[in-house]
Amino acid sequence: MLLYDTRYRSATIQVIALIFFMLLAAWLINNTAQNLAELGKPIDFGFFSEPASYDINQRLLDYNSRDTHLRAALIGLLNTLVVAVLGCATATILGVIIGVLRLSHNWLIGRLMTVYVEMFRNVPVLLWIVFIMAILIETLPAPRAFRGEDPAASMLLGDTVALTNRGVYIPEPLFSRSLGDVHMLGGSGLRFDISLDLILLLVVLGGGLWVSRRIKRRADRIQESTGVRPTTWYLRLGVIVVPLAIVLTVLGFHLGYPALKGFNFQGGTHLRNSLIALWLALSLYTAAFVAEIVRSGIMAISKGQTEAASALGLRSNRIMSLVILPQALRVIVPPLISQYLNLTKNSSLAIAVGYMDITGTLGGITMNQTGRELECVLLLMLVYLVISLSISTVMNWYNESVKLKER
Amino acid sequence: MKKSVFFGALTVAGLAAGAAAAGTMDDVKARGKLNCGVTTGLVGFAAPDANGEWNGFDVAVCRAVAAAVLGDQNAVEFVPTTGKTRFTALASGEIDMLARNTTWTFSRDVDLKFEFVGVNYYDGQGFMVPKSLGVSSAKELDGATVCIQTGTTTELNLADFFRSNNISYEPVPIETNAEAQQQYLAGACDVYTTDASGLAATRATFETPGDHVILPEIISKEPLGPLVRHGDNEWGDIARWSLNALIAAEEYGVTSANIEELAKGTNNPEINRLLGTEGTLGEMLGLDKEWAKRAIAANGNYGEIFAKNIGENTPVGLARGLNAQWTNGGLLYAPPFR
Repeated sequence: MLLYDTRYRSATIQVIALIFFMLLAAWLINNTAQNLAELGKPIDFGFFSEPASYDINQRLLDYNSRDTHLRAALIGLLNTLVVAVLGCATATILGVIIGVLRLSHNWLIGRLMTVYVEMFRNVPVLLWIVFIMAILIETLPAPRAFRGEDPAASMLLGDTVALTNRGVYIPEPLFSRSLGDVHMLGGSGLRFDISLDLILLLVVLGGGLWVSRRIKRRADRIQESTGVRPTTWYLRLGVIVVPLAIVLTVLGFHLGYPALKGFNFQGGTHLRNSLIALWLALSLYTAAFVAEIVRSGIMAISKGQTEAASALGLRSNRIMSLVILPQALRVIVPPLISQYLNLTKNSSLAIAVGYMDITGTLGGITMNQTGRELECVLLLMLVYLVISLSISTVMNWYNESVKLKER
Repeated sequence: MKKSVFFGALTVAGLAAGAAAAGTMDDVKARGKLNCGVTTGLVGFAAPDANGEWNGFDVAVCRAVAAAVLGDQNAVEFVPTTGKTRFTALASGEIDMLARNTTWTFSRDVDLKFEFVGVNYYDGQGFMVPKSLGVSSAKELDGATVCIQTGTTTELNLADFFRSNNISYEPVPIETNAEAQQQYLAGACDVYTTDASGLAATRATFETPGDHVILPEIISKEPLGPLVRHGDNEWGDIARWSLNALIAAEEYGVTSANIEELAKGTNNPEINRLLGTEGTLGEMLGLDKEWAKRAIAANGNYGEIFAKNIGENTPVGLARGLNAQWTNGGLLYAPPFR
């Protein structure tokens, strides 16, 4: 009897289940398409080439209200990526510091870090975002307060930084002998400029780092063969700093300072308080989780490792950086990936403070003005899926490089 | 997991689209309650009072429809919606009608598949600034930071206005009127822009309304009115004629005070048809004879509703202006009841 053949039976059950699943999916899709057609709204992405007609305050690429919805979505996507990258970097740094400090033998520091972790991870991140935004708006002075003979507020750091309730204005780098930009993709919705100055600087920096590495390798070789390590720090620093300084001088590098003109500060870089609130809240919130992950990673390394390392005469900070952390990373990295994904997805709460991320543009104003709910939401899901999978891929690749090599 | 989320969304969309089919009046009657979408709170237009009772100019339209259909002006479930959520709420069938100072535009009517049943307030977009800024015209706002409710027509008008006048601005998108008020009062934005009526209503709630001015420029046409879903004409007719009944009642001098008297019969056949003592207008709508009488008796005629909620004797203090009857030089003009 075939029925009693386990291989046959399990295959059959799986095939039947798959057919049912596909039928269900087909029914759902068909039902949706049919209902949308009945409603007179068949799926249509034509709205992407229509003018968006709305303005976006924070834009990394040039954009105005006559650009298309596609371009508005792109601007939003870049804003999402900005806050995700800033947030992940800050959360990691804070998280590692807090995680290590929580294991500190100093009673006060250990308890303070416990309080931090419990406070941040047990309150919804949306509340943190709104709370930080409210603090920024209510406590910092409005730009008007900087005006007049005896202003109520003044700029910091020698009149270079202005903290206002509309955001922070900081000096911006400028080049008086700039090489200009290269315009890519012409007038299309995906057009962007590449700054030649930036490319040149990156090339010089990369070259400097490469040479510096060669010098380190050479020093390693000499140390291995002779046991004496030549002093190379000034050489290594020099090959990075000197060419960079020369290029910056040639390009005519100077800083543009913000100054109060009219209603607002002009010049300088404007970090809007929506970005700051979102960035801070996401980083502080996620750092609490990262700290716990780091702590668990460190505690997963047996005490014998520490004792063995100290028996070899290593000092405690060297033990941490040379023995414990490299091993702990194997335990830390996989859950860290989830935290990066969480942070990126949580950034969609941006609309609570009016930060125009992809949820605010494509999933907010564009959806509202065009009435293409299903199209926009499906695309939005696709975008977050792609971002998340990309982060996973990169982090998995990193995980491969730090995990225990078995030979 | 990812797949299940995807199909989940499809199911929701599918069900929502299904619920949007015809038969709204039967649904409302079976439910015994009218689900009416309103703002999240704009004094004078729609805001809950200290007892949690919704009041206001837009709320009165909901109550009139509920009185006409269900015979009870309190049989309304008010659903607060933001500029962003309102259309989805209506399209998905979560609400039966939307009375949320919503501008009647071509694309909302045609492309978003809604049916505007009339105009209950002729408005235009204005700007409010603190007096201390010393600004007297919107054209002086170059470089200003502007608070703007996202998902509204005002957002588009604003972009067009600054563009066509070749001046720059910094938009601060916000979700609700309350948030805008907070940011504006804290000085996080120089200007708040929305419909002029909304500005007046918002200013009325300030501690010192006198410190803020509404600039003279009105940069757009904003005919605000209630709307229903496209495709259910019976329901659309009920909403349209309930609103028209309120407007016509003012024109014919039918008020909440004299309606009982007039409902006994008058020698004006138009009033008689309106109040159901003559003709079969109610039957044509699928309602009873006294539908319009109940709608008017609920909160009075259009003029009474205006005066009580946003008129010159209220903190909002709006003049009738364009919203006067056509007989008084305004734009309100209800088609004949015959």
